[in-house]
Amino acid sequence: MSEAQDFKYIGQRTIRPDGHDKVTGRANYAADLALPGMIWGKILRSPHAHAVINSINTSKAEADPDVFAVMTHADIPNQTASGIQNILAKDKVFYHGHAVAAVAAISEAAAERALSLIEVDYSILKPVMNIDDAISSDSPILHDDLFTKGMVEEPTAPSNVASRNELSKGDIQAGFAEAEVIVEREFRTATVHQGYIEPHACTVRYDEDGHSMIWCSTQGHFAVRATTASMLNIEQTKLNVIASEIGGGFGGKLGVYLEPVALVLSKKSGRPVKMQMDRNEVFMASGPGSATRNRVKIGAKKDGTITAMEAKLFYEAGWAPGSSPLGPACMTVFTPYDVDHQYVEGFEVVVNKARCAAYRAPGAPQSEYACEMVINELADELGLDPIDLRLKNVAKEGTQTLYGPKLKAVGLVECLEAAKSSAQYKAALKKNQGRGVASGFWFNVGGESSVVINMNEDGTGTIVEGSPDIGGSRASMQMMAAEELQMPVESFSAIIGDTQNLPYSNPTGGSRTTFATGMAVVEAAADVVSQLKERAAATWNVTPDQVEWKDGTAINTNGEGVLSAAEICGSAAKTGGHISGRGNISARGASPSFAVHLADIEVDPDTGKTTVLRYTAIQDAGKAIHPGYVEGQYQGGSAQGIGWALNEEYVYSEDGKLENPGFLDYRIPLASDLPMIETVIVEVPNSFHPFGVRGIGETGIIPPLAACGTAVSNAIGVRMSELPMSPPKILKAIQDAS
Amino acid sequence: MEKTHVTATVNGDVKEFLCDPSDTLLQVLRDELGLTGTKEGCGSGDCGACSVLINDRLVCSCLVLGVEANGEVVETIEGIGNGDKLHVIQEKFLEHAALQCGICTPGLVISTKALLEENPNPTEEEARYYLAGNLCRCTGYDKIIKAVMDAAKTMREDA
Amino acid sequence: MVSVVYQAPDTLEGAVELLANSKITAKVLAGGTDLIIQMQGINEERLVVDVKKIPGMLEATLDQEGLRLGPAMPNAALTAREDIKALFPGLVEAAYLIGSTQVQGRCSVGGNLCNSSPAADTIPALIANGAQCVIKGPEGLRTIAAENFVTGVGRNCLVDGELLAAINIPRPEDRTSDAYLRFIPRTEMDIAVAGAAVSITLDSEGVCTAARVAIGAVAVTALLVPDASNALIGTKLDEAALQSAANAASEAANPITDRRGTIEFRKHVVGVLVKRAAKIAADRAGA
Repeated sequence: MSEAQDFKYIGQRTIRPDGHDKVTGRANYAADLALPGMIWGKILRSPHAHAVINSINTSKAEADPDVFAVMTHADIPNQTASGIQNILAKDKVFYHGHAVAAVAAISEAAAERALSLIEVDYSILKPVMNIDDAISSDSPILHDDLFTKGMVEEPTAPSNVASRNELSKGDIQAGFAEAEVIVEREFRTATVHQGYIEPHACTVRYDEDGHSMIWCSTQGHFAVRATTASMLNIEQTKLNVIASEIGGGFGGKLGVYLEPVALVLSKKSGRPVKMQMDRNEVFMASGPGSATRNRVKIGAKKDGTITAMEAKLFYEAGWAPGSSPLGPACMTVFTPYDVDHQYVEGFEVVVNKARCAAYRAPGAPQSEYACEMVINELADELGLDPIDLRLKNVAKEGTQTLYGPKLKAVGLVECLEAAKSSAQYKAALKKNQGRGVASGFWFNVGGESSVVINMNEDGTGTIVEGSPDIGGSRASMQMMAAEELQMPVESFSAIIGDTQNLPYSNPTGGSRTTFATGMAVVEAAADVVSQLKERAAATWNVTPDQVEWKDGTAINTNGEGVLSAAEICGSAAKTGGHISGRGNISARGASPSFAVHLADIEVDPDTGKTTVLRYTAIQDAGKAIHPGYVEGQYQGGSAQGIGWALNEEYVYSEDGKLENPGFLDYRIPLASDLPMIETVIVEVPNSFHPFGVRGIGETGIIPPLAACGTAVSNAIGVRMSELPMSPPKILKAIQDAS
Repeated sequence: MEKTHVTATVNGDVKEFLCDPSDTLLQVLRDELGLTGTKEGCGSGDCGACSVLINDRLVCSCLVLGVEANGEVVETIEGIGNGDKLHVIQEKFLEHAALQCGICTPGLVISTKALLEENPNPTEEEARYYLAGNLCRCTGYDKIIKAVMDAAKTMREDA
Repeated sequence: MVSVVYQAPDTLEGAVELLANSKITAKVLAGGTDLIIQMQGINEERLVVDVKKIPGMLEATLDQEGLRLGPAMPNAALTAREDIKALFPGLVEAAYLIGSTQVQGRCSVGGNLCNSSPAADTIPALIANGAQCVIKGPEGLRTIAAENFVTGVGRNCLVDGELLAAINIPRPEDRTSDAYLRFIPRTEMDIAVAGAAVSITLDSEGVCTAARVAIGAVAVTALLVPDASNALIGTKLDEAALQSAANAASEAANPITDRRGTIEFRKHVVGVLVKRAAKIAADRAGA
């Protein structure tokens, strides 16, 4: 693509194709489907954080006349399936809320009542609730067969440390030897949740004939099919998964929790089964984001040249080894900086908490928070403006990353410059107010996307894509198809196909959908154009390369003649049958999106209460297809990051019980908590995408942690190093300092 | 369990239904009347996704018993707008890209309607506080508040 | 899940009869914003007596005697009453702070009192204003001061068959006003981590002649703090007097550490709130 493309449709603020359904309540989400004869499933959950299951007695529940089916772990056919123990515990429960058994009954109330009839005999074990305890020598061991992976010497004893990661470039010792100023600090972050408003839910129907179906809210219905089919030994062709509208996910709806259970209950009862988690279950038993303990050390010369960056990261996985985002945490921590000597060592630790799931840019907010806080402190030590310090060491095209490739053209310099010239950065602050700046880096992945564009007889088309639309991506698909076909956006509808409509598509995650599925749409649209040209050529008795496609019409360059899409499609039956274009791709060429955020926060010195006064989010979109929804991603990511920084955390009792599994005490930001979030869309095109797109969904959650962390620290004159910075912590910091 | 006969005006229609007295109005609307536009996000009055109007007063339908609706006037998202024509609030939510996943949108549209009936000319701060009980995790509220303020302005001009 | 037997009597006597004669646990339903949540996860029968059809339950009357508040009046209706707000701005603020707009549409001061949470926002404000609770039971009517109504966490002086019939608040003397402040981490939707209500009467010189200070969320029940009141009486509410009242409140507080705050935080912040609320109440009284 060229540097500055002129777009006819891309860049407009169109009305999204699913918009009317969503503002009128017509759109159907996971819990909105009811089937004839449907019964309700419910899950019995562990009241203990850590216990051995001695026995489960379901006979009383089975005898209940309202109950149609009861199941335990033993009812899952494929006992070797991955993730099976999180679906229903086998012989041990590892967290408060761990699924233990399930029932299906005539009503939701009857199912709840029946749960109380199931008798589970537990031997309670001491829970391990944080990194410090888990790695101490006298800690209870969660898994007798867990030996730390990635150690230099083969471990001889089981451990709560699941794995060790190491990344290195240059010579870290030499780098610190060159430094004239060194800042080193340790930071902690709490367990957090994605906080999507729609609870997990599904409605399923098992059918011996091979037409079983699952209707559910998921970021990846092909993944739901794969997981469920594997656990239940069903051929994929006999299981259709339909992605309902999805009420938020942020990574938390990549996993599978209910669907295999519901399908077993349906099989056992011979009835369609609906399951819906209540809000407590969502917080207790879906996948939160890792709590962490991260140490970062950075050395620099007095002129601001950073010579060495070192990190030691500890990430909780919850109970399940391998479920933390330690890998990306290590890879992302220093990427905004072009520094020769970098070293990262990371450890994944198991604790008695729910198995971690992805949460928007998984792993990066916590590790980059530590790095960015130290960068800001370093700027203070050096007497440099924190943006200037970043610009002096900025990652740019050609920078060798710690994790492998060299960066292609990226927009971090442009973001930093935009931050520096922003109105907010120049505005004066008053007493008890502080400002923080922070950068953020997150990858963008490509992957498998499948798209079909079916052309109708009147020349309009339907885009069928395999990526659940979580934030308005159907609008982007429409616009990209319109751009490629040079036809009005309204000529296209866009829907999410079932697993039976399309080949496999990767889930909506990794900021990939507008990038990768967008590429598939462009490929499918190009396929349509090529067929339209062929049909026009046949009509005119010319070769297809003598036909030009312009402004939504075929033009005969070898004589007279113009044919619209409507005319070609209207007579398609006579020229070879109806037309559909296909784009089944494995997308490559994803290029990351950097961001820079500014936060101004006021602190009440008598109570520690914080008020976010002003906030600016600046990020490189490559090319914003729908600027309204790009801004929305920046603003939504900012709000989640602000919540993470200021008030959100899982609170556990001494015995490992989650004490705040609800929106009352898991305090996500409210409309009245936030100011307008100003946005700047930087556009440094990604040359590997036909329209220059970078995936932008995730980066926005990264910078708020350190932007807010620094703003609060500056407001109170004490360096804060633990998230969330809840009022009791801030007040204590103020009191301890005075 | 014995069910109670309830008669209520729902979105202008007189509806009669049998109601388990243990059921919330939310359950009745969704499971008995098929009005699934009213969403359940928490079941404890903390998220606002189930907002409806009872006798023009904004409430969480998860914190009302279905039997309490007897003789009352209930308005849900399905009653907003008029057939083919969206309500101004709905139009402004679309124009301003004030929704992403959309699960909170029906509740926010209802709450905004209640806000603008009480206070046709709210300040940004008043709008933010009035809508504080409607959680949105996707948007950071910026575009929602812009849509609300724009809807208020348009409705004042049209009045 | 709870199994509800629902009744909506239209007289106080009818409600008392239902409550007194029920063979299953009976609960009074006003706005339901606490009750409906509390009934989740209970696999038992409950008699639910909806009191909203009883005359007077949803109304407030203000006259020379003072305010007679129907215990089930939705806070949204109460906070819309400018006449009540003019006389008891602190009480109305406390009512306004509970929950969201949606919860305001249902919740009530009487419900807040009878739910008897340590963190209830309106209870300190009722105490500061010298509210009297009128209770109807099988034996007739009785009256108890607001500060004696709640007896423990979720417990109160109501016995079987009794319900709250009215809340009476005497008309304040001239140059008297009140204020209520609470601390929450967010701007809305949270439960109070600490709360303070102060009523102040000033003389023409601006000297405080009477004061009532009540604090919430820092002990098993809301507390009237005479030491804090006494620290204000006879002063012009100068910094020293305010600080002394704040210290008395912090001293009287006996909070716990939980998911909402620590002991140290609550003790400190309740003092800050007393100080600020006293200042606001005095400014209002003197205005």
